[in-house]
Parts: sequence; structure tokens; C-alpha cells
Amino acid sequence: MRRRTVALIAMLIALHLALLFAGFIAPYDSTAQNRQIPYAPPTRLHFHDDAGWHPRPFIYPMTVGPDGYVEDKNRSFSLYFLVRGSSYKLLGLFQTNWHLFGVDDPGRIALLGTDGFGRDEFSRVLLGGQISVAAGIAATLIALLVGTVTGVLAGFYGRWVDESLMAGTELFLSLPWLYFLLGVRAFLPLHLSPVATFFLLTGVIGLIGWARPARLVRGIVLSVRTRNSVLAARGFGGSDFYLMCRHILPEVFGVLLTQAALLIPRYIAAEVTLSFFGLGVNEPVSSWGNMLSVLQQYSVLVSYGWLLAPVAALFVTSVIYALLADTLHSRLEFLST
Amino acid sequence: MKVITRLALPVCLLAAACFAATAPDKPQPGEELALAADLSGHSGGHLTIGGRAEPKTFNPVIANDVVSREVTGRLMADLIEINRSSQQTEPALAKSWKVSPDGRVFTLQLRKGIRFSDGHPFDADDVLFSFAVYMDEKVDSPQRDLLIIDGKPITVTKVDQFTVRFTLPRPYAAAERLFDGLAMLPKHLLEEAYRDGKFVEAWTLNTTPQDIAGLGPFRLKQYVPGQKIVLERNPYYWKVDRNHDRLPYLDELVFLFVGTEDAQVMRFEAGETDMISRLSSENYNLIARDHQRSHAQLTDLGPSLEYNFLVFNQNDLSSKKLDTVAQKQKWFRDLKFRQAVSAAVDRDSIVRLVYGTRGAALWGNVGPGNKYWVNSALPHPQRSLDTSKQFLKAAGFSCNRAGQLVDPSGQTVEFSIITSSSNTQRMKMATLLQDDLSQLGMQVHVVPLEFRALIDRVFQSFDYEAAIMGLGGGDADPNPEMNVWTSSGTSHLWHLNETEPDSPWEREVDQLMQQQMVTLDYAKRKKVYDRVQQLVAEHLPFIFLATPNILTAAHPRVGNFHPAILDPYTLWNADELYVRTATETAGAR
Repeated sequence: MRRRTVALIAMLIALHLALLFAGFIAPYDSTAQNRQIPYAPPTRLHFHDDAGWHPRPFIYPMTVGPDGYVEDKNRSFSLYFLVRGSSYKLLGLFQTNWHLFGVDDPGRIALLGTDGFGRDEFSRVLLGGQISVAAGIAATLIALLVGTVTGVLAGFYGRWVDESLMAGTELFLSLPWLYFLLGVRAFLPLHLSPVATFFLLTGVIGLIGWARPARLVRGIVLSVRTRNSVLAARGFGGSDFYLMCRHILPEVFGVLLTQAALLIPRYIAAEVTLSFFGLGVNEPVSSWGNMLSVLQQYSVLVSYGWLLAPVAALFVTSVIYALLADTLHSRLEFLST
Repeated sequence: MKVITRLALPVCLLAAACFAATAPDKPQPGEELALAADLSGHSGGHLTIGGRAEPKTFNPVIANDVVSREVTGRLMADLIEINRSSQQTEPALAKSWKVSPDGRVFTLQLRKGIRFSDGHPFDADDVLFSFAVYMDEKVDSPQRDLLIIDGKPITVTKVDQFTVRFTLPRPYAAAERLFDGLAMLPKHLLEEAYRDGKFVEAWTLNTTPQDIAGLGPFRLKQYVPGQKIVLERNPYYWKVDRNHDRLPYLDELVFLFVGTEDAQVMRFEAGETDMISRLSSENYNLIARDHQRSHAQLTDLGPSLEYNFLVFNQNDLSSKKLDTVAQKQKWFRDLKFRQAVSAAVDRDSIVRLVYGTRGAALWGNVGPGNKYWVNSALPHPQRSLDTSKQFLKAAGFSCNRAGQLVDPSGQTVEFSIITSSSNTQRMKMATLLQDDLSQLGMQVHVVPLEFRALIDRVFQSFDYEAAIMGLGGGDADPNPEMNVWTSSGTSHLWHLNETEPDSPWEREVDQLMQQQMVTLDYAKRKKVYDRVQQLVAEHLPFIFLATPNILTAAHPRVGNFHPAILDPYTLWNADELYVRTATETAGAR
């Protein structure tokens, strides 16, 4: 049990570190077009050529043949680690141009192929993941914060506070949020910067999603507030605020953690859905959703399989989070029994 | 007595039904039919076409959308037609015509003895009625503008039962091309609705098929909302092939409503439909890849007449509350700014990445596909960022430390380009342009909009900065372009509702466009239109980008498949299409 939790957490940390250092791991700028190689398939790494085996992997450049791309075996480019390339801001703070790996110009390494503008799909998945996953986490934080506050207030005070707040949750649960967001977008100016779009997305997803955690929290608070320990604390003159912070919130914490693990992948998927329909982050900045939107075209879907890479990324992320939620949930039950 | 009339009616109906069923197939004496001397094929069978949308009406006079026109075009016929393949006019319902030496009077001889698809004879009264409808202000037909020259309508007079005379207020170049697209209507079916002022409501999608008749190769058999339209062979059609067999060959033509181009391709690949009239290069390549198995007839007809362009908003915004746009208009109105943008556009990349090399770069409104009218003397400058920067420098723009372009007043150059979200090709152009212009330090944002929202902004509210759009594609002749280039035109997109020409060059274009319209000699007219193209290319009201090739596909069993670069690309010769036998199909591979 414990080993599984540790493994999952390690995977989760690795995933988020990869996204955090996306600019470093990605060999190219995710918006840089290379118009000579649109829809190029993933570059293959070679260790062996006519001269024998090489410890250092190398690639052959892509050229266009009569039936699409072929490897030009006349030239090869070795793969190097820690190379200088396009400049970017590491962690959004330090300007640098070091990349984890790369090949010499004019070679291009595209581990996951390129899109219709010749942009490196691998770099785009990593940098797009930053946006999609950050949106999921930020929206979850908003939803849990709002949900906890309303849930605690409703459960603690009961009566009309409870009834009005819970009526509010019902209203929000019944909102068709995709259409709601379409409506919201129509009132905003034509162009929004990627940052503004990001906050709009997370804000809207989070503010619509608070209702479910609020109900959960309320249920727990309802049962906790009549416990003897809480009644005793009140008898000793504890204020409402003291009771909520000291006695009630700690009881809610475990549920919130499980909820977070459940909600993050769901909200990442929400961002992907919205960007897929063109409501999210706009070109040329990538996000998993807007990268997938080209697959709405039948010809792209059936011809360039590597453009499905964001689906794989989304799948892996969701599975890790879902397993984690599962483990957290069973641990919680184990502790409470 | 009563009994007799009660009996007589069903008997008459029965007779009519028998008459309709035994309608003439072999030419009848007295019928003046059109002979397609080198045409052969064989009768029977049906073809299915996947359409992207449903038509909105069966009324050819008010049909405004592509799909309605595609369907009504098969039900109706015109006096004179433009052969889509040769791009020249040829006789249709009029077997011949004479033009007076001053080019103002057209006398048309109608075919004698021909009938509408319900069996009713056609004569000059139907022509008079049709033109009365087209020119009626209350009907508001989209074709009406073409028939009003200098504010005066064309007058139509009946000389005898089969001769009609058209008098134009003044000479009009290529006037016979006007007749293409003006369907001749059955007076006996529509006169009542017209007299009652209900013409616009006539022939809707709910009208019973028997109440709709035309002179086209097909007649309406069935309309199933949301699913399909079935057209059946018009047994009275006025064309015969070289064996004097009456056209059309097909028994039925079925339009399925499938939704999108992708759905069209999937249905086509599954063998459920027989033809696609316009393909994107990606889908064309997709079908080509499967050619070994499907043996589809794929045709790349070369550059279309459509032109895609970037337009900057130069409208008069003084009455609107659009201060940010108005502020940016000082760039948009600066020719050097537009020249800089044009020089920075990588048109070759657009052709390669957007059209998969199946397209052509454009530097003017007439592309290489329009061989009769293109001004081939216009320069085709290659992309040059240096040239761009020189233009910008000359206009007082400079770069700040962050690499952003700033105008003389110190404002950073930032604008958004709107384009239709459903048009993936124009979306791609926008993303390429964004990258091209960022190399000049311009911050460009791409804003995809739903098509109607886009049209509203460009034509009504003027709330946009720049847009990528496409125009053209109808006829090769310069006349349909009048509404784009004359300053009062309804598609004068960069500056709509101009009361008078904004600048000397627009004044000159106005004069030239009027002049070409009344110049009858091709060489002289070409010279005038060449000058228009030159002025447009020099003053860049639009930044021309590229034009796609016309790509079509048909199942190998479709015979006489001769797509053309003029709309409707594949169905213009629907009367000649036929279904090949299995052996013929195998032979054609």
C-alpha cells in the first residue's frame, strides 16, 4: 500500500518537474515554425550505420520523397546533451538558452514528429502541458477554496445559511458550463492575451466546479460539529472561528486531498475540451486542447498519427492522478476505521 | 350532368397521368432541340452527391446560397449559358441571338416546341414573365443588380411568340453572359403567386414536387428534410446526344446532406456517394493515396478564380465608438505599411503548407487561373524582409529595445486578424501570417470567429482591425467584380459605404470599371482591366495571398465527368453525366 503511494507520488513529481522544466527539456521553441518540414513523422534515433555501432545516437535529416518523407542517409547528425539553442525563461524567471538535448544545425530532431507548420510536437506537448496542467491545478485550487469556505459555513451554521448556500450549489451544478463559457466569451473583447485567457479559463472552471466539494465538505462538517470534542471546546468558550480552524478543518483535509486528486485530471480535461473548441489559449501558444483541435480534420486524423501525442500525455496524467485519488481514498477509510 | 363532370375529372387526370408517363423520349416533330454532336453515353441509373448543407429554397429567383443554387441550377435552364469548360457562351433556350451594331439591342430566337418538365409549352411569354420577376424591386432577387444598368432597367419586348428583344440603356460588354444564371420560369405555375405579391413565398422546401417545373435536365421528385433531395429525369429536356437520344442520361440525381467536407470524403471513400465538387488538398491527397483500390477519377484543374486576401479596416468609423480601431487606422491607411506587410508575406509557404502545393500565390485580384483576363505584366516580388523594413522605416516606424515595432508616435504595432473558424485553410494562413509579421516586430493575434459573426463585423459593425477572407470564383469576366472595386460597390470591403472615391486611384478605378463595362472589343477591354489590376496591386487595398486549385473527385463509374474551374465545378454538365457499365468502368481505369 505504502509502496504504491510512494511510487505514484514519485511519478507525479517526475511528471510535474518535467512540465516545470519544459523549456529546458524541449529542444525547440514551441512556436518556432520550420516550413520545410510540415507533418514530418517522428525522427528515429539510430545507433547503427554502415560503419558499425555508435555509442552516441544520431539522426538522419528528413527529405521529401515521392511518397512523403524519407531519411536522407547521406548526412547524419549526432545527438548531444546539454546544448545551446533557442532562448527561453527557465521557471519563468531566468533567461537561458541551455537545452537538455539537441542536434547540430541544420539537423532537426522531432521525437514526436511535427505539426502542419513544422513545429516540434515534442516541445509543444511539454510546453502545452504546462498550460493544461497548471490550468487544472489552479482551477482545482479555486474550486476547493470556494467549496471549503461555503461548505464549512453552511455545515457549521445550518438553518438559513445552509439552505441558501446549498441552493446556490444546486444552481451551479445545473449550469451547462460549456454553453455558459461560450456566452461569457462572447462578452469579452476579441483578443485576449494568453495570460488573460488562462485566468479566464481557470476562473470559470473553478467557479463552476466549487459546488460539488462544497456539498461534500458540508456533509462532513454537519457530522463533526456535534462531536463531543467540538461541543466541549465550545463549552470552554471557543469562538466560531477557532472551532472551524482548530476542530473542523482538520477533519475535512483528507477529503479535500482526495477531491484534489480527482478534480485535477477532470479540470485538465475541461481545459483540453475548451481549447479544442477554440475557447481556450490561442495559436501560436500551445496547449493540449488546441493541439488536438487540428484532429477535427478527418485527413489529419487518419494521416498523421503522431499528432495524437497530447492524448497520450493527457491519458498518462489522468491515470496517475486517478490512481492516486484511489489510494488516498482507501488510506483515508483505513485511518477513519 | 353532375355525374358526368364528376366522372370527367378523374378521367382527365388519368389521361394526364398516362400522358406524363408516356412522355416523349424520342424527339417529336416541331421540337427544336439542341444537338450535342460529339456526346455519347447511355441512359439509366442514378448518381449520388454528398452536399455539405441543405438548400434553403427551390425558388431560383431568390436562391442566394451555394447549395440552393446548385440544386435549382439542375431544375432550371437559362436563355444563354456559359460553357464552364470553354468559358464561352453557347445557346441554350435561345437557339440563336443577334446583337445590333451599337451593342445595345439583343434579339433572341427561342427554341420552338420545347416544354417545361410538367409538359407545358415554353414561349416568349415565359421569358417576359421571368424578367418582370427578376427586375421587380419587391422580389429583390440577387440578380436584379445585373439587370439595372446606370439605374435603368433592361427593357424586354416580345417580337413574336418565339422572339424576344432586349434593349440595354447603353452598350454593355459581354452582355450575353448576363443571361447565364437567369432561370426561365413557368408563367403558368408562378403568375398567380406573383400577382398576389407572394412570389417570395413560392417554391419553398415544403412545396409539393409536382408544383415545381423548369426547363432544366431534372425535376424534383422528393425532398426528405435532413436527409436528401431526389431529382428525376426531365422527360421533356431540350438536348439530344449524337444518336438523337434525349438527355439527360441519368434517371435520378440524389443529393445527400452530409454536413462537412470530411463527411463528404468519408461517404465518398465508402462508395456511398459518386462525386465531390470541391476538395481541400489534404483530402485530395487522402483519396489519391487510396487510388490503387478506388481508382477514383481525380482532377486537379489548376488555380481557381477565388482570391484569398488580408484586408485592413479602412472604413469611416467616425459614427462608431471604436476608438482603438480608429487609432490603428493611421497605420492601415498608410500605403507603406501595407506594402511592408505585403512584402513580408511568405506566399510560397502558404501555397505549400496550406494548399500542399496545390494552389498558386497571388499578387493581384486576378490569378493565373483566369487566362483571359490576368495581367501577366504585374510583378511578382519575392518575399523580402529587407524591403519590408525599408518601407516601414520610410513611414517612420522603428523597433524598440524589446524588438517590437513602434509607430512614429511611439505606439507599439499590435493588431488582430479575424477569420472564419470553420475555414481551416484561412486559419492556417492567419497563423503563417502571424509568424511572418512577427519577424517585423508586429504583434499579431489570430482570432477565429464563427462565419456569421465575421461577416457581421466586416460588413455591418466594422468592429475589427484586419481580416482574412476570400472572394471571387463565379465568372471569369470582370463584370461581377464591379461590386468589389467600384467605390460604391457592396463588396468594397476595405471601405464600405463610400459616398465618393476616397483617393485619386479609387476614382480612376471607378472610371476604368465603368469603361470596361461598355467597351465591347476584347483587346481594348483587357487593356482597361489590366490597368485596374495594376492600380489594385500598387495600392494594396487587399494584401493578396493565394488561391487554391480546384480539386474534384468522382467514382470511376461516372461517365462524361468534365469538371471545370467555374462554379458549379462538377455538376455544370449534369445532363451529360452517365453511369458506366462494369466493363466500361474497368476499361476506364
